[in-house]
Amino acid sequence: MSAGFLLKRLVLAVPTLFGVAVIVFVLLRIVPGDPIAMMIGPGATPADIQQLRVTYGLDKSIAHQFLLYVGDLAQGRFGTSISMRQDVLELILGRLPVTVELCLMAMLLAMINGGAMAVTGAYYRGRWPEAGIDGLAGFMLAIPDFLWGLLFILFVVILSLTGLPISGRISHEISFQAATNFYLIESLLRLRFDVLGSVLLHMLLPALSLALPLAAIVSRVLKTSLNEAMTQDYVQLARVKGFSRLRIVAREALRNALVPTVTLTGVQFTFLVGGTVLIEKIFSYPGIGNMAIDAVINRDLPLIQGLVLTFAVLFIAINLAVDMSYALLNPRMRHG
Amino acid sequence: MAELAAARPAWRRAADNWRIRLGGGFLLFLVAVALLAPWIAPHDPIDQDLLLQYLPPAWTGKGEAAHLFGTDNLGRDILSRLIYGARIALVVAVCAALAAGLIGTTLGLLAGYVGGWVDQAISRLVEIWMAFPAVLLSIVLVAVMGTGLHSVIIAIAVIDWTRFCRVVRAETMAQKAQDYVASAVTIGLPQRRILVREILPNVMPLLLVLLTLEMGIAVIVEAILSYVGLSLSSEFPTWGGMIGAGRQYVNQAPWLMVAPIVMVIATVLALNALGDGLKDTLDPVMRK
Amino acid sequence: MSVTDTPILAIEGLHLEIRADRRRIPILRGIGLAVTPGEVHGLVGESGAGKTMVGRVVLGIAPLRSRVSGGSVRFDGEDITHLSEGGRRRLMGRGMALIPQDPMTALNPAFRIGDQITDVLRLHMELGREAARARALDLLNDVHIRAPERVLRQYPHELSGGMRQRVLIAIAFSCRPKLIIADEPTTALDVTVQRQVLGLIKALQADRGTALLFITHDLGVVAKLCDRITVLQGGRVLEQGAVADVFEAPKHAYTSALMKATPRYDRPGDALQPVPAALTETLNDEALAYDEARDA
Repeated sequence: MSAGFLLKRLVLAVPTLFGVAVIVFVLLRIVPGDPIAMMIGPGATPADIQQLRVTYGLDKSIAHQFLLYVGDLAQGRFGTSISMRQDVLELILGRLPVTVELCLMAMLLAMINGGAMAVTGAYYRGRWPEAGIDGLAGFMLAIPDFLWGLLFILFVVILSLTGLPISGRISHEISFQAATNFYLIESLLRLRFDVLGSVLLHMLLPALSLALPLAAIVSRVLKTSLNEAMTQDYVQLARVKGFSRLRIVAREALRNALVPTVTLTGVQFTFLVGGTVLIEKIFSYPGIGNMAIDAVINRDLPLIQGLVLTFAVLFIAINLAVDMSYALLNPRMRHG
Repeated sequence: MAELAAARPAWRRAADNWRIRLGGGFLLFLVAVALLAPWIAPHDPIDQDLLLQYLPPAWTGKGEAAHLFGTDNLGRDILSRLIYGARIALVVAVCAALAAGLIGTTLGLLAGYVGGWVDQAISRLVEIWMAFPAVLLSIVLVAVMGTGLHSVIIAIAVIDWTRFCRVVRAETMAQKAQDYVASAVTIGLPQRRILVREILPNVMPLLLVLLTLEMGIAVIVEAILSYVGLSLSSEFPTWGGMIGAGRQYVNQAPWLMVAPIVMVIATVLALNALGDGLKDTLDPVMRK
Repeated sequence: MSVTDTPILAIEGLHLEIRADRRRIPILRGIGLAVTPGEVHGLVGESGAGKTMVGRVVLGIAPLRSRVSGGSVRFDGEDITHLSEGGRRRLMGRGMALIPQDPMTALNPAFRIGDQITDVLRLHMELGREAARARALDLLNDVHIRAPERVLRQYPHELSGGMRQRVLIAIAFSCRPKLIIADEPTTALDVTVQRQVLGLIKALQADRGTALLFITHDLGVVAKLCDRITVLQGGRVLEQGAVADVFEAPKHAYTSALMKATPRYDRPGDALQPVPAALTETLNDEALAYDEARDA
């Protein structure tokens, strides 16, 4: 697994990104409805409309617009947000760490949760706990992330669990001058455990909402792979060596079961990123997902474009990470 | 064992499957409720009564018998809105699933059967399409097309057709390798005829399962869109809209959220059960 | 006969049955045999005669749907017929070990060779990481693997079948067990490699005085390696005794037919004769049904 492998995948990602950019461009312009009219409120004079048209280059031909668009993108110019009157790139980069930390935490929770369920299910193969876990996974899967979020909020309110926050990223009472927006990492490095605690607590419910459906999928696929691995000869030898069943399931079999699991569930991790759009809104979590819905409702074209492209980049990054972990996990690919 | 099972007619086995019974039963109930809405709903769902806002459910003792599930922030009866919301959920579910299925199946059949550059092109398209965050895309589409049921249905179909396409493509390729296709080709049947008359019927069982899955997704996406306020104007009763209002007033009236959430979850679970049940009963048939 | 007469392994009247589709199919019918310390005991029979099952019962890894319906298995004097799982695990490694049949699948593809040897050492011999690694190197040398340091770091798929089998042999001998069960250890190997591996097993066994239960269908191997032999047919013991005795004067037509059907290394010119159909038909329906069930 070399730098060449990585480079090749990165290069392959470019046409996909390009395709995404094209589709975004097309969708927002070719679709019925004048984009300018949507951006502007009632009571605008024709002069105002024409002004906006020129500003956004919409008076030029589609082809010309597209060339400008691609040119701008290549130079990292994403335009200015209409609703927030700031540079789109700045806006997005400012809030990106928030969403990234949330997603990483959610993925971690999903893996731990799904892994534990799968190992338990495989350990109790053929007995009632396995069926119980199957049922639990089915239930977790049937409820989408945003409903989990709402359910959690309901529980907190109805049961008056004042200790569990349902909005914001950090408690208002704590003051924290952060150099970056990566609160989690920074607070850890700077040993500000009060900040760390508050951030983790605020992250808990949103991350859990995102994680549960993914955990269910991971659990199902991993359990099937584990059961398959447990029928192999090397498991029998491990038994003869004298290892406990738990050790065999959680180590000998697991290591082999991870490979097909990564292949089959990899793409699901990208869906988790998409889920942040709603979850952040529901929990008033200040990431890029939260911006997305407002941007759409406000018809903020530049911001919408920027956000869609950002999400696409995140998707591609996750796919790349999945491919890399597959290569790392599969011994055949590491040495030959 | 599998031989014995296949000997009984498919519909017979389907009727015995508990998942199909449970899921199908609930859905039939829902359809009945939706159809009979004008007769069974106790009130007009958009009828406001500002004197009776935030009425808790009747069984808590603090409500009124006339409003079994209570009222919302504008005094509208929740039960009636729930019943009428079922109509919208079902309409969207069926239409969107069929639309997505139509697009996806057509492209999937083409890609799988014709192969070559057609397959390449379609597969590339699917890949790029799937790089979009579905939720965001649906919101963008609806915002652009304007609110209304038709936008919601189109948005769902446009976003999720890839699900059908990938599966149908794989299944088509598998079927194409089978003997009955080879014999059809040797007889000299035209391509299109083979596709429609020979391959499609064998892909049908899989399609059926996918459709139920898609319906579940459609219900959820519709709920999301109406939660965000992009489906129908808020006076029309949609489950998602009720949830959205519920979120806003969760501190004053937490019960506002409960009923519609339960309905969405129950409907999705029922559809999933139906899909799983269908998969179970159709599997021996498919394996043949 | 050795001075220590108590057998390391004593099987008496062992009955094993498998539950399949609500029927109970007898697999082993009153098997009895004894292996004294340091003895090499051959367990012979055609495929489906039950010899692998005997090995699995002794090791405590008989199939889930099977149960011992009669008889006993004693290891080093202790009755292990209905041993608990914990007790069984304690017995493994230092008590008994296995040389499995298929070297291609018996090693875990996801772990390095070194780890797969040291994990047993650390489990049963309470060795630390460095000590275990040193031991593993010694073991690889004992099984004549060249460049053992490199092999320790390699993955199973990088080794040939013969090398993998040597690693498995090293693992079996690693904790100095009193008894090793070798389940057709050379069947999956090339003929040329077979001889080397057999020689290796014999040398290690003699050097350490380990008792060996050698399961095979190849009488030629038995002739070269074993002190005593038990012949199985249809789950029953047909013949038993010192190798020389049984070979000189087989009591059953089946045994002599088996011998005639086996190519002899020392008499390559002899014509092979298949076991006559009449003799194989003595396998009755039940044993045939067992044949189907054994893959459960």
